Amino acid sequence: MVRVTYVAEGADEVTLDVAEGTSLMQAAVNNGVRGILAECGGQCQCATCHVYVADEFLDRLPGMTEDEDEMLDLTACERTANSRLSCQLVATPALEGIVVRLPKLQR
Amino acid sequence: MGGDSGPVVVVGAGHAGFHLAATLRQGGFGGGITLIDGQDRLPYQRPPLSKTYLAGRAAGAALPFRPEDFYREEKIRLVRGDPCVEVDRARRCVTTAGGARIGYRHLVLATGARPIALPLPGIGLEGVCQLRTWADADRARALLRAAGQVVVVGGGFIGLEAAAAGYGAQVTVVEAAERLMSRAVSPLLSRYCLEVQRSRGVEVRLAAQVTALRGAAGRVGSVELASGERLPADAVVVGVGVRPNVELAEAAGLRVADGIVVNECLETSDPRISAIGDCCAFPGAAGGRTVRLESVQNATDQARCVAARLLGDRAPYRDLPWFWSDQGDLKLQMAGVGDRASQEIVYGRVDAGRFSVLRFRDGRLVCGESVNSVGDHVALRSLVAHGAEITPALVSEPGFDLRATARSFRARHRAAG
Repeated sequence: MVRVTYVAEGADEVTLDVAEGTSLMQAAVNNGVRGILAECGGQCQCATCHVYVADEFLDRLPGMTEDEDEMLDLTACERTANSRLSCQLVATPALEGIVVRLPKLQR
Repeated sequence: MGGDSGPVVVVGAGHAGFHLAATLRQGGFGGGITLIDGQDRLPYQRPPLSKTYLAGRAAGAALPFRPEDFYREEKIRLVRGDPCVEVDRARRCVTTAGGARIGYRHLVLATGARPIALPLPGIGLEGVCQLRTWADADRARALLRAAGQVVVVGGGFIGLEAAAAGYGAQVTVVEAAERLMSRAVSPLLSRYCLEVQRSRGVEVRLAAQVTALRGAAGRVGSVELASGERLPADAVVVGVGVRPNVELAEAAGLRVADGIVVNECLETSDPRISAIGDCCAFPGAAGGRTVRLESVQNATDQARCVAARLLGDRAPYRDLPWFWSDQGDLKLQMAGVGDRASQEIVYGRVDAGRFSVLRFRDGRLVCGESVNSVGDHVALRSLVAHGAEITPALVSEPGFDLRATARSFRARHRAAG
């Protein structure tokens, strides 16, 4: 299991134990974490599962595909160097302890 | 029976119905929300049923939109396995098959659509299936896994996705029209997809009509065409389109015409009743005609529009239609609707398999179809959505850069506020 912490705008943090192989998006929607919509169900089509990954975890992330890179231009909140689509972040031991901040809006 | 203190009742828990309930509650709605569906399942997603789930590469656990806890925590009353059978507009209540009577303050019809059932001899044979529900996908998966010869009836998105499920059988796609996906894509894209299918060893028969399914001992053995030819088949997947589920609305006296007719705010002729998703026919943005769209985007965005209205923010539905289809490693994405386009121009490299088809009507960009080119698609969403002055002449200029044009267009649009 991989410990993942989601920090929503102005709300409490939620820490989940996520099974390896599960995306951070799937873990969030399966466990009542608000602030991730995932309207396309994880198909990298809607950019409503946008998260900001805390700085110290950026270099532990799986590489970004060209498709994800393109879709990130569609996020409702500003895209930064910390932006990723959580449907593309799959829990692995390398991500243990990861902290992601949820944007104010997904639409 | 129903009144202003009653719940918002949503009939149908597909993409539109689920998103209506979720968005309404998450937008702060304080009243009751009742979500009714005829299937005894947690509300679930449809796209994987013809793609990764059908191919055995996604698990059933990933299909529900949310776990059971979600409905409890969000105080959404989920009525499962008990379809709505009547709407009583005078009393403002609905009745379910099991006899429950539920009063509403507002009713949202998200009844979706059902597969067209071809009235062919042999359609009831073992080994023949359609592809709409989770149960259908389970049946189709089992059939495709075991089959040696698959015939797919229908060369639209569902048929082509099913043909790409990849279980190693010999696949033949039979399409009645002259080209694949004829209702939805440009002739150029039809031709390209045809070549891709054939290069994969899929046989495609165009302008071919299925007249019967033949078999022995109750199991399908062949598919008969109008030409008299018989295609051997031990599995047949039928995907020839859908019909909107308008019966409840029609029986209740609401106007229907290839869909439940709604105005630009997605209200039916009864102000207490809205309709969204695959089942509804709404005014097209260009004006002058009625549109019915079958897509996740349309269902989700129409749900959001009605939820916003119920929360006090009334606005016409003007969202850009967009769509995707995954056919093996062919990733199709579409921005806008091109059925009235009269001109098409290719952008990018067809030979490299990464390109877009820009479709124009009256000299303006109305639709962009992208193949394995997400960057093009993202650019096209902006350009088509804002009715950009993208003309055939502009696109044909040497050095025209679609993405740069979209970026500068977005920047100008932002700057102008």
